[in-house]
Parts: sequence; structure tokens; C-alpha cells
Amino acid sequence: MVEVRGVSKQYGNKTVIDSVSLQIAKGKITSFIGPNGAGKSTLLSMISRLLTKDTGEIYIDGVEIGKCKSNELAKKISILKQSNNINIRLTIRELVSFGRFPYSQGNMTKGDWKYVDEAIAYMELEDIQHKYLDQLSGGQRQRAYIAMVLAQNTEYILLDEPLNNLDMKHSVQIMKVLRRLVDELGKTIILVIHDINFASCYSDYIVALKDGAVVKEGHVDEMIASNVLKDIYEMDFHIQNVNSNRICVYYA
Amino acid sequence: MKIWYLLIALILFSITSLFIGVKDIHPLDLFSMTEDQAQIMLISRIPRLISIIIAGVSMSIAGLIMQQLSRNKFVSPTTAGTMDSARLGVLMAMILFTSASALEKMIVAFAFALLGTFIFMKILEKVKFKDVIFIPLVGLMFGSIISSMTTFIGLKYDLIQSASAWLQGNFSVIMTGRYELLYLSIPLVLIAYLFANKFTIAGMGEDFSLNLGLNYRRVVNTGLIIVALVSSVVILTIGTIPFLGLIIPNIVSIFNGDNLKKNLPHTALLGAVFVLFCDILGRVVIFPYEIPIGLTVGVLGSGIFLYLLMRRKAYE
Repeated sequence: MVEVRGVSKQYGNKTVIDSVSLQIAKGKITSFIGPNGAGKSTLLSMISRLLTKDTGEIYIDGVEIGKCKSNELAKKISILKQSNNINIRLTIRELVSFGRFPYSQGNMTKGDWKYVDEAIAYMELEDIQHKYLDQLSGGQRQRAYIAMVLAQNTEYILLDEPLNNLDMKHSVQIMKVLRRLVDELGKTIILVIHDINFASCYSDYIVALKDGAVVKEGHVDEMIASNVLKDIYEMDFHIQNVNSNRICVYYA
Repeated sequence: MKIWYLLIALILFSITSLFIGVKDIHPLDLFSMTEDQAQIMLISRIPRLISIIIAGVSMSIAGLIMQQLSRNKFVSPTTAGTMDSARLGVLMAMILFTSASALEKMIVAFAFALLGTFIFMKILEKVKFKDVIFIPLVGLMFGSIISSMTTFIGLKYDLIQSASAWLQGNFSVIMTGRYELLYLSIPLVLIAYLFANKFTIAGMGEDFSLNLGLNYRRVVNTGLIIVALVSSVVILTIGTIPFLGLIIPNIVSIFNGDNLKKNLPHTALLGAVFVLFCDILGRVVIFPYEIPIGLTVGVLGSGIFLYLLMRRKAYE
């Protein structure tokens, strides 16, 4: 379980996260939603220790992250940021193999390669595993990064806008994979997501942030409601049930 | 790129290099050398060959490390102020300790090179406009500022001639007793190889490194120390070899990608082969005179550099 207790973050004298407390359940997909500048990515970065927090505590399985060795944390929690526009020429296989770094420190064993093979197979990248990242489409690249995180084999996987710049087909593909990771492998996934309908269809829990604070959190069914969403986004929503999914129509 | 081809080229060029020079030594003489010929081999030709290989290997690797750490293909010791800072360091050493030994000069040059490179990396962090070409331009400007300080101080203390000696790389001055400092580069290259995987990860950025539990700062600092040491050692023994750290890693990257562990042997060998080739060229073009290596590498290198720039445009 991830537990956030009274965490705040300031940039200069602007408070980006204001004393946020929340609990994130294991083995579920939890989505952070909210308008631009709500502090979603900042909160995610703090949970993954990429950003230091000003006050408060963050516990992962009962251990405060500040008290944990960075290398040990790398075996427990992984994060993919939207800014992963790395312009480095690696093949998919090489990239995925770096996911084993926390375990191998660069000296890959047979066991490490087995994880790499499995991750590549899971993301269906076998055919193109020797291609360079700069030869891939956006969707393939995103899958390669997720394969790397899979090879890292952490219980918690944090994703910052994983659907950014992806078309509908690839977005659905990625979300289905995330769903499988949770349902089949028991991972815990936390993501920042902008498309409210993707959040509605694929997550278990939703945490809504606004102006650096949690406005409301809960199960998808309670969160995808017109009055709740109106509070968060300050616009009108019509919710319709389509094939047992709750779909928001907000194109006024 | 096959590593065997590079190795064979290196051996062929090495043999050629040993038997080119004003004093005629034929490969067949090898087993019946006169005193005179043996002297030339041991005092001049072999040291020259060794220094070419070490300089070629270490400068290419220094360039590769810098490109990886700055995440920019056009950054190298010559385009980031490292070389200029090292030169200022040598000049300061000559002013402060009038009869400085090579090692003392090297230490001061290293301190300056490290500081200069560090400042450049700090500027890099501050610069918001991270265009691929803009960054090395900043580096060149930064280098020019330091270089003008060197000129100013050099003029003031009447040392400008010594200072400009390091401007042009030159292997013809290499003799026993004047190049041994270069051996320091060998352990540095080995350390670079041990750190190869960490450099690759650091090249994917700070967040990426932290996600994998890597101490980003420590890896970057290690890289910068290696680069600064190599640069100051090379500048003191041979002088500036422009473009080397820029073109060699770029050529290897085109064929081999950016996985350092896989790249380092190729980069090292290609660097040595390229410098050897340029040196041989410089020695035969106006035989029995010589063109300094800085000039041959500069001319060939700038041509290749232009090609790389054009290729990048076509690629995008």
C-alpha cells in the first residue's frame, strides 16, 4: 500500500501540493485526474522520489521512502515520465535490459535475461526487439518503455500520462496491457491521465486533484458522476452507460 | 562495423607508421638494425606510435562520455570549453610555478579543465532552449571566452608563444621522456569501460537514472573527471586534436547505437585508426617535412563533421 501523509510541495512561494493525504490500494489501477496545474504529476513524482517533498511522509508498504536506499526502492517502485523523450540510440532489447539494472548493476545474469525475454514477449515486441528506438512509432516506443518497467519487476508502477501522443488504437492497447498487469500479475499501477473516459473505463479508483489538493477520491462509479466532475473541471458533463462503461460526454 | 576490420587496420597502420620517416628504415632491417636505426626506433618512432594510439583512443572516449552525459551529439572536449580551460590551466601553472614539472602542470590543467567543464554542464542545466546545435554553440562561445583570457594573460606575461604551442596538436615532438604522462590515460579508459552501463543510463536523464536507483550526480561527476584528466594529459603532451572527440563517437553511433558497453571498443579502435591515418598522411604529403596532426585531423574532421550535420538534417 502507498500512503501519503500531509505532503506539501512549494516552488518558490507557490504551493503546488498542499498537505495531501491519501491511501492507494494494492493490486488496483488508481488514476489521478484533474485540470492542468492541479499537481498530479508533481504528486506522482514525489511518490516515486524523483522530486523531494517539502513536508509530510510517504510510506510504501510501511516504509518511509526517504529512509529507503534508492537502489532498494528501484526494485519496489518504478516510474515512467511523460518527458521520456530520450534521444539515445538503443535497441528495444538493450533498453529493456536496463530495467534489470537495480538487480544486475550492469552485469546481466542468465536470470536477468530471462526477465528481459519475458517482458519483451509480454509486450509483444519480439519481432522488433532489435530495432532502434528512433525507428519506432510512438505506440511501439511506449510499449518498449513499459517492457523496460516490466523487466524492472517492481510491485508498484507509476506512469505519468502514458497515453500522451498516442492514437486511439494504441491508447486502448496500452490501457489493456496495464489492466492485464494488474489482473494477471497483481501489480499496483498509479497513473496520471487526462482522458476522463480512459480513466473511467480502465481504472479501479480515481483520485481527483485541483489546486494542489485532493478534491475527491473514490471508486470509479462514485467518481464518474456529473456533479462530481463539474466540481473538478467547472464544466458540464453528461454521463451515459454504454456497454456497462460509464462514458462522459462533455463536448458542449 | 566489425571490430576485426578495425583491429586489422590498426595493425597495418601501426606497422606503416613505424617505417615512415626521414631516416630510412626498412621492415627487413628490423633483424639487422644498426645502432643508429635502433635508437630512432626506440626514442622516436615507437613512442610516437604509442602516443598516437593512446591519444586517439582516450580523446574519442572522452568525447563519447561527454556526448552521453550532456545528451547532445555535438558536445565534446573541443566544443565545451574543456580544452580551452586546460590550456588556461597550463598557462597559469607556468606563471605560478616558473619551473613547473609536467606532472604539476598536468594537475593545474586538470583542475581548470574540470572546473571549465563543470561550469559548462551547469550552463547546460540552466539553458531552457535545448536545441541540438545551440548547445555546442554555447560551448564554443564559452571556450572562446576562456581562450581570450589565456591570450590576454599570455600576452601580459610574454608567454603567448608557449600558449599557442598547445593550440596545434603535434606528434613530431614526441620522444622518450616527453610523452610518458599519456600513460595515465590507460587506467582512465579502463575505468570508463567499467562505468559504461552507468554512463548509458545517465545519458537517458536524471529521472530515468533515479528510477533505476542510479546515483546520477556521482556518475556524471566521475565522467567529467575522466574527461578533464584525459584532456589535460593530451593537451600537455600532444596539444589540441580538434574534432576527434566529436566525429569518432558519432560515426560509431550511426552503426552501433548508443549502448556504451557495446560502443567503447569500437570507438577506441576507430579513434586510434583515424589519428594514425591522419598522422601518416601528414608525414607523407610534404615529405620530408610534416604537417602537424592538429591540421590534418582538423581538415578531415571538419569535412566529416559537416557531413554529419547534413546527414542529421536529412534524417529528421
